[in-house]
Amino acid sequence: MTDSAAHFDIDLASDGLLRLRAFGDWRARYLKPIDAALRDFADDSVGRDIIIDMSGVARLDTAGAMVLQRTFQACQSRTENSKFVGANDAHAELLEQIEDHLAPCHVEPFHRNAFVKMTERLGEGVVNATRAMLELWDFIGHTLVSGAKLIIRPARMRWRATVHHMEETGLDAMPIVGLMSFLIGAVIAFMGAKILRLFNAEILTVQLVGIAVLREFGVLLAAILVAGRSGSAFTAQIGSMKLREEIDAMRVLGLEPIEVLVLPRVVALIIMLPVLAFCAAMLGLVGGGLVSWLVMDIPPALFMAQFQESIGINNFYVGLIKAPFFAFAIAVIGCFQGMEVEGSAESLGQRTTLSVVQALFLVIVMDAFFAMFFLEIDY
Amino acid sequence: MTEASTENVIEVRGLRSQFGDHVVHDNLDLSVRRGEIIGVVGGSGTGKSVLMRSIIGLKHPDAGTVSVFGENFYKASGQIRLSIERRWGVLFQGGALFSSMTVAQNIMAPIREHLGFEGELAKDMAALKISMVGLRAEAGANYPAELSGGMKKRAGLARALALDPELVFLDEPTAGLDPIGAAKFDDLIVNLKETLGLTVFMVTHDLDTLHAACDRVAVLAEKRVIAVGPLDDVRQTDHPWIQEYFAGPRGRAALAAKAS
Repeated sequence: MTDSAAHFDIDLASDGLLRLRAFGDWRARYLKPIDAALRDFADDSVGRDIIIDMSGVARLDTAGAMVLQRTFQACQSRTENSKFVGANDAHAELLEQIEDHLAPCHVEPFHRNAFVKMTERLGEGVVNATRAMLELWDFIGHTLVSGAKLIIRPARMRWRATVHHMEETGLDAMPIVGLMSFLIGAVIAFMGAKILRLFNAEILTVQLVGIAVLREFGVLLAAILVAGRSGSAFTAQIGSMKLREEIDAMRVLGLEPIEVLVLPRVVALIIMLPVLAFCAAMLGLVGGGLVSWLVMDIPPALFMAQFQESIGINNFYVGLIKAPFFAFAIAVIGCFQGMEVEGSAESLGQRTTLSVVQALFLVIVMDAFFAMFFLEIDY
Repeated sequence: MTEASTENVIEVRGLRSQFGDHVVHDNLDLSVRRGEIIGVVGGSGTGKSVLMRSIIGLKHPDAGTVSVFGENFYKASGQIRLSIERRWGVLFQGGALFSSMTVAQNIMAPIREHLGFEGELAKDMAALKISMVGLRAEAGANYPAELSGGMKKRAGLARALALDPELVFLDEPTAGLDPIGAAKFDDLIVNLKETLGLTVFMVTHDLDTLHAACDRVAVLAEKRVIAVGPLDDVRQTDHPWIQEYFAGPRGRAALAAKAS
């Protein structure tokens, strides 16, 4: 026996039979170079009788047995003449074992042509989007009804969970929200000062910072951060509970998931987002004031005086009134997407992404509507 | 090729595993011979899976040595590690199939990576393994999320066998299968062992599997292997856990099933 890599030769015996002699080590690692040659040989010899001589084979594994059997079955013309010869017991046993396992398998799901697939995806997308929309409304309705029930019987509210979520979504987010809006306030002051200086109206920077931060940026920054931080966390928490069948367990134990999981999160966020928005607005003003002082020599006292004189309290109200609505949207979307998780961890990832994207989208759309609304009522 | 020889494929000497202060194994010794199916049993929390993870290189031993194919895996160079990893296959408890790939692609992944097979040859290999573990050809195009528990185990086994390993690790292969599926899985493993000359290291709770498939049994308790040997010998050991395990109602039922 030789211990070289797998190789073979072919000759046409005098009796008209093809004779394939295999030599060497027929294990998977040696098959790549000879596979194409074996296939060509099999294609050329379809329907002919073949004898495969195994006496030169030193080692054989399932892969080697598979290619030999494949070649054998491709050639043989279903007569008694085709056979394997010279195999030792172990090799013969292996060849026999492999014999019934050569049917090709499906590798990928069935693919249609690109145009059909594209239309299919479009249709599927529309149907899914419609269904998701209806389900979301259904979910919002459920949440509101559960909320209303709690107003009637407040003892059922899970305050411990609510406070826990208030800490997680509110208090823990405070440093990053504060820092971000401080920096944004400073940037607005910088940019404003640079342009307003052209008109000799640097003092108007105070108005710019005040209105921008109070009306829009404070609440928007807080909402964007919370959507990224807490909306995704809600989806991941509820989604992984869904995957581990915890939600089903709750239902059969008579616990209402909306009441146990969703409402504490929604309430916590509705309470905390206005607080975050308030802090964000204040720190944004501090950032703007600091830049005004350091860059434009507007001392804090003058900044305050100008601020009090020119910025109405209504700007502050406009900012804060939006916060609970944003909070409701973020929390409901986060929880809804969590409930939609199904099957695998992959779906959890998709839903988490979707939850953040939808929450951000909704926050900005709602903000635009609020802006139009306040413009119309001139507030 | 089929009978157990005396060469040890796995040797664990003085193994100590701990998580923080919690010691799971202390001074544990175990040898696995070439060509045998060894079943590792023990109560919950005795570190059966930890032992398996220590052997396959996923949990660094806190003391002692683990050698596989005569090489100390944790001290070996990257090249040697790779060559060892090509010679074993592992079936994790849940199958651990890659969820973004179909079953066939899962099986083709190690074939492509280690053997460099492309196209038809890789597909032929995947088809062979799928058929050998008793899955239907259509199952090749399924994603793991679409499979039942038993099918996942079979697909996981097919992937573990993709490179024709000499040594296969099975973590609770029959857990969660119905009795018929479990019995078929036992037969499959014995059959594969006999045709391919596999050495099998199996962590299990299943008394029927021990009777049907295992040549030797190792019992884990008190942080070490308290008994190892053929099932009938181990059953005679005078240790309370072993007596309770084998002489309990399930142990007797499995024995009766074997006898009939």
